[in-house]
Amino acid sequence: MSDSEPLVRAEGLKKYYESETDFIDRLLGRRSWVKAVDGVSLEIQEGETLGLVGESGCGKSSVGRTLLQLQEATEGSVYYRGTDITELSSSELRDLRQDVQLIFQNPQSSLNPRLTISDIIGEALDIHDIVDDKQRRDKKIKELLDRVGLNASHANRYPHEFSGGQLQRIGIARALAVEPDFIVCDEPVSALDVSVQAQILNLLEDLQNEFGISYLFIAHDLSVVEHIADRIAVMYLGKIVEVGTPEELFSPPQHPYTEALLSAIPEPDPKWEPDRILLEGTVPSPIDPPSGCSFHTRCPRVIPPKDFAFEQTEWRSLLDLRLRIVDRELSLDKIAADSDSQGMDAALRDLFNIPQPLSDPQAEDILSEALSHLEEHDFEAAEEILSEAFVSPCSVHEPELQQIEHGRAACHLYDSRYDDGSIEPEVRP
Amino acid sequence: MALLEVEDLNVRFYTEDGVVKATNDLSYQIEAGERFGVVGESGAGKSVTSLALMRLIEEPGVVESGEIRFKGQNLLDLEYEEMRQIRGNEIAMIFQDAETALNPAYTVGEQISEAIRVHLGLNEEAAKERAIEKLESVGIPDAPQRYTDYPHQFSGGMQQRAVIAMALSCDPDLIIADEPTTALDVTIEAQILSLLEDICTETDTAIQLITHDLGVVAEFCERVMVMYAGHPVEMATVEDLYYNPQHPYTVGLMSSIPRIGDNRDRLQTIPGRMPDLIENPPGCNFHPRCPYAEEVCTRMEPPLVDVETGVELEEVASDQQTAACLEHTGDLQKGLDYTVTVREETSMEADGGVTDE
Repeated sequence: MSDSEPLVRAEGLKKYYESETDFIDRLLGRRSWVKAVDGVSLEIQEGETLGLVGESGCGKSSVGRTLLQLQEATEGSVYYRGTDITELSSSELRDLRQDVQLIFQNPQSSLNPRLTISDIIGEALDIHDIVDDKQRRDKKIKELLDRVGLNASHANRYPHEFSGGQLQRIGIARALAVEPDFIVCDEPVSALDVSVQAQILNLLEDLQNEFGISYLFIAHDLSVVEHIADRIAVMYLGKIVEVGTPEELFSPPQHPYTEALLSAIPEPDPKWEPDRILLEGTVPSPIDPPSGCSFHTRCPRVIPPKDFAFEQTEWRSLLDLRLRIVDRELSLDKIAADSDSQGMDAALRDLFNIPQPLSDPQAEDILSEALSHLEEHDFEAAEEILSEAFVSPCSVHEPELQQIEHGRAACHLYDSRYDDGSIEPEVRP
Repeated sequence: MALLEVEDLNVRFYTEDGVVKATNDLSYQIEAGERFGVVGESGAGKSVTSLALMRLIEEPGVVESGEIRFKGQNLLDLEYEEMRQIRGNEIAMIFQDAETALNPAYTVGEQISEAIRVHLGLNEEAAKERAIEKLESVGIPDAPQRYTDYPHQFSGGMQQRAVIAMALSCDPDLIIADEPTTALDVTIEAQILSLLEDICTETDTAIQLITHDLGVVAEFCERVMVMYAGHPVEMATVEDLYYNPQHPYTVGLMSSIPRIGDNRDRLQTIPGRMPDLIENPPGCNFHPRCPYAEEVCTRMEPPLVDVETGVELEEVASDQQTAACLEHTGDLQKGLDYTVTVREETSMEADGGVTDE
């Protein structure tokens, strides 16, 4: 990476939305925040494409919008060519839009149905006073349409007369009209068929080669991002968990989340037997993200606590049980009814795939004590015992992006301090 | 006799702009317990086909001709009430968008129980019990509690699971899944696909899976039909289709997918786009976009023939490969010119993939 100032740089970017609260909550001042973006730092060099991937709700679109100041950042700064654009006035921001642009996911809803194509593209030219006389304006519009592979004679048609792929080309032409240096592409191909998707991806690459534009390419499809991006950042619950070139990212060692995402992609090959890592459950709520590493509630490689000799899968199952106890999401009556007299202890172990006994005798004692409390429906006691005894660094310390063998990842697995599952004494709860 | 036999199905929509020919002489069979894929881009007629099976085509659409035989009985001849008995009971449907498939004003559990009460005639309590059982079987944790939740309290993946539970509630023999995972994230997609696969194997239910994602098809289906402009252009087992595609459209589709670990600078594309189905191009519908098109393709409509013998088949055996391209009837002069390269397995990437030469 070059030492010069990158084209776009974000530092500690945060974007919180106030979640919907009812009247009484507001009256009592109880507000809760959806932490859509929670401390993201990234940089994009000139002519570079940074891919941003993650599941829905991970905050990737919010990053794109705050980078362009379409939404005000809650905290943090965005630098464009060294200027902090979070400090700019609205007229300065308007000037900035000559340099930075956005392409939307859904071209149908991002183009005004009442304007002709020539007016849609011309609007951008007019606002920024790029061309003054009518003739040059028309010529410029024709050039742009031509450049994105549309028939220039269609300039006077309306959006509904075009197909999805063609509309996306119009969206690209509109963004290009002001000759930007940086374009945020927010899922530009996910609404398109594969054959059209390939056409648009090729077009975006051609434009980059021709004009040296930088892209932030937001997508949920890793194989699309891998194809177009120079570097990729993977997001989970508002944070970047791993970043690197496609080669770095797709070869181990990796962040366990990247690994799971990759293994989930269905390959167009019937004989391919995937070593699929099935992530249990869904992404936790960004209102109240898990403590420590926010992925620890689903991570298949979560670090076992110190002083116990756990098998990895054993520890994962045990942690799942604990999380369900903490959330009080266990219908003990139903479990008891279904257990056919084998007892609550065995039924719960069955449900969570916890072996009887655990490989570590000491841990086994603690678990059976906790399970016996559950038999009496005493969630608090069970929670206390399990939480006290089994503490993983993953649920206590928040990992930071750090250099791993290649690329950077935010994961304690690659931090020698936590190798043995110990936690730093000063932060012990 | 196959479980489902569709024969020469023609669906037409009479619109102001003209007659939309949504499916054209579509014929295929699905055996009991088979996982059958229908692939194609938007506008290929995939969804219309599945709606026709359920007799859910609405004005201005009509099933103009053809037969849809389910267990030997032509569904198009049934009375409205008889069809209602089959819908949801013997043939169930899973829609793409689970959020709109569920009624937001009723609890998830009640919606499943309702289907059970209507079709199986169980009383309220028994229906509830069965609904909870089904919710559990699709992997919804703490099903008795979630039974009384409203759809908005479920995440997208959970909603799709609930819709699957509803589809399973009456033990159907055929499930029609229309893009069931398209709206979901890959990690959730993997969960749902493995769930559907388990269900299929355990209960011997046939699934017709409609999708545009060739990766999903490769993973899930045993046999595939590729559709283009309302026509089936190729039908084969997944292995044949992926390793030995016999129609230029199939080849084009496969080479336009970006793959992890391929170092292609540019993706192959299929130039142009699908015709609008009102005015289909003459001859082979695909010829305006086909890199191998010859003069004869603009005149002659290719029949769906066995790729080895070039003969049209009355009944297609499940391991036969058929394609609708003049190459196979011997009418092309230059022939098709592409090779399939199967990538060797390395640590990270998988093999398979088609490149035009």
